[in-house]
Amino acid sequence: MPTKPEATPTTTGTGPIIDVRDLAVHFGLRGSSLARLFGRDAGTVKAVDGVNLTLARGEVVGLVGESGSGKSTLGRALLGLAPATAGSIVFEGQDLATLSRRRLRDLRRHIQMVFQDPSAALNPAMTVEEAVGDALRVHGMRSAEERRVKVIDALERVGLSPVELFLEKYPRDLSGGQKQRVVMARAIITGPSVLVADEPISMLDMSVRAKILQLMLDLKQDLGLTYVYITHDLASAKYFCDRIAIMYLGRIVEIGATEEIFANPRHPYTKALLRAIPDPDPGRQLPRDLPRGEVPDAAAPPLGCAFHPRCKEATPTCGWESRDLRTLVEAHWTRRSPDEYGAERAVVGDIDHFDKPATSTTLGAQGAPAAREFLDRVRIEAPDDPIWGGIESITDDGSGVRVHFHEGIDPALRRAGGVEVACVLYPETSTEG
Amino acid sequence: MSVEFVEPPYVDSGEPVISARDVRVWYGTTRGAIRAVDGVSFDLAPGETLGLVGESGCGKSTLGRGLMGLLPQGAKRDGEVWFKGREILGMKAKDNYRLRGHELGMIFQEPLTRLNPLMRISDHFEESIKQHDPGATKDAIRARALEALRLMGIPPTRYRSYPHEFSGGMRQRLMIALALVLRPSFVVADEPTTALDVLVEAQIVQILNDLRRNFHTSLLLITHNVGIVAEACDRVAVMYAGRIVEQGRVTDVFENPQHPYTRELLRSTISLNTTGLNFIPGSPPDLVDPPDGCRFHPRCPDAMAVCATKNPVTLDRVGGGRVECWLVGPHEQIPPGGTQPLKQEELAVADEA
Repeated sequence: MPTKPEATPTTTGTGPIIDVRDLAVHFGLRGSSLARLFGRDAGTVKAVDGVNLTLARGEVVGLVGESGSGKSTLGRALLGLAPATAGSIVFEGQDLATLSRRRLRDLRRHIQMVFQDPSAALNPAMTVEEAVGDALRVHGMRSAEERRVKVIDALERVGLSPVELFLEKYPRDLSGGQKQRVVMARAIITGPSVLVADEPISMLDMSVRAKILQLMLDLKQDLGLTYVYITHDLASAKYFCDRIAIMYLGRIVEIGATEEIFANPRHPYTKALLRAIPDPDPGRQLPRDLPRGEVPDAAAPPLGCAFHPRCKEATPTCGWESRDLRTLVEAHWTRRSPDEYGAERAVVGDIDHFDKPATSTTLGAQGAPAAREFLDRVRIEAPDDPIWGGIESITDDGSGVRVHFHEGIDPALRRAGGVEVACVLYPETSTEG
Repeated sequence: MSVEFVEPPYVDSGEPVISARDVRVWYGTTRGAIRAVDGVSFDLAPGETLGLVGESGCGKSTLGRGLMGLLPQGAKRDGEVWFKGREILGMKAKDNYRLRGHELGMIFQEPLTRLNPLMRISDHFEESIKQHDPGATKDAIRARALEALRLMGIPPTRYRSYPHEFSGGMRQRLMIALALVLRPSFVVADEPTTALDVLVEAQIVQILNDLRRNFHTSLLLITHNVGIVAEACDRVAVMYAGRIVEQGRVTDVFENPQHPYTRELLRSTISLNTTGLNFIPGSPPDLVDPPDGCRFHPRCPDAMAVCATKNPVTLDRVGGGRVECWLVGPHEQIPPGGTQPLKQEELAVADEA
């Protein structure tokens, strides 16, 4: 039974193999034609928003997060597949963020990528030999004979033997696991030193996942590879990675050694992710305190800490705002009968203006007392909601009340114990001088 | 406080809601018939959740659709499925159609492809309720729809929204609400969380887990994730190559798997406690021509001589449930020398699913 191998010592050179500094990848939204006509900015999606990451040689770093966390964009940026808006990505002394496309293509021989869906990553009209050899052709190997020798070697390395059985096959003739092996062969054939694997096993059957992970470990051992492993699956990351970076909405919120992250998760998001993993152990209880909601819209991230709307441990200064009030009121209405909802809706009036993020907002259409009474009812039903701490004051305003929230703090990554965490709760003041 | 549905008087008679006996489904191909489901029997009690697990290509989805009567043209089914005292496999297509929605519900994997992007959520509800209850007034429909949404945690303010205005998890909750608004007593959920994020998946698992309390619905939950089965199901059926090879209470089966396939499937799952990588060599067989004897024998680490020649017998499991494996018995039916370890053919590394 194969067990987890020790991290391989650095092979060549010293220092980090890739050094990412303050990397930002922003995408401009197109917006409506009318908005463009009037020169209004449709906004930007900050897919990666100020990330620092160093990769040591021979290391496996995991980028873990939900969809929309920016983990894939960060991975793609490492190959220059997503243009950096700001910051630098230094590989072997060259900054990828400023290289020309031509130079970048040469460099990609050394940094390769494995994609999530092997069926989509392979051209259905290319045989295995063509698909794997194509990378060599792109990088200037003209002789078909030479390419064939290399292809056979690569296929053997990924376990597709006897090779003759696979060379002439088309992707449609292969199973999911076999296709992923072909994708791996194509990635290693140019002799890369870094492999970015974007969810390499999540589209595969349960029984095959372990095999492909084992293959990746073997390849790392044989070829001295450095991996960036992008996944939403913490269980495989725990087994596979030396270090883990937990990402949320374009930022790294916690980063550190795998053992430390799992033994002692600090960021509330990390804790939530860990609790949410379905466990085959039937003795385990179903978690009842899951974060509500989903990853927010990256084009209009929450004020303050991006995780605060879902956070159970949120403090008064985590960035409470009008949109959180909408969530609170709507959640309240899911507990009301249609008639009660109708009556309360009349008291509250319009709630669409809550969607514009603001630290102070109005509520109510039938006078301040009715609005206050409504908020009291909401509070009685959800007294433990952290949003109540975030409300600084409620004043009378026009036909209703104005709710003022505390200014939020956007936490930066800070050292806490053996890891770095971006949360106002860390480092605890008692342990830090 | 909340509107109560007029609940049909529920009598726990101990009778199963659905009872499948020797169900078979074939797909006709030019190579011959694919026996996707080949002799499956199980019972589902009222309010019970049965998890159906196995690798891809083991017939899980085909079984689920076969029960619903949603098989493509060219598929044939055989056997008996008793639903509330009526046999539904032999039923006329028209009667089967009438049963769906009202009595039999289905939740699909990818909610966005099942919702009409041009219809508001309110229209979706109106359409399904009207279809089964043509006399329903607009107010009654709204009340029923809002109640179903409420139980799924979707606020009434979103009733007039379009599907694209919802997030992935909300859409799946909408699908569940749409399936449950008609109060079917049996629901098939085919990989309902596979397209979702970890945290959202956990939320949906929780909702499915609460179904029995809120709706008293019997659920067949098809998944490849044994973790979800452990958290959301009462009983589990492990399917391999068209047959249920082991079924029983989740705790019994997962703590003490009797069939080597169940054991290996659990071992190959990567969980937080994984300290070594395990996998099942080979891949599920071609169901046009499945292996003789036990269908798992070419991949089974414990295969014996008898496994390659004689079909295993379905036996009652120790601790409840059923299992079919020669290791469990019946020992008196094993021919002399049948317990010798089977000489396995070498499986290539890349022979995999």
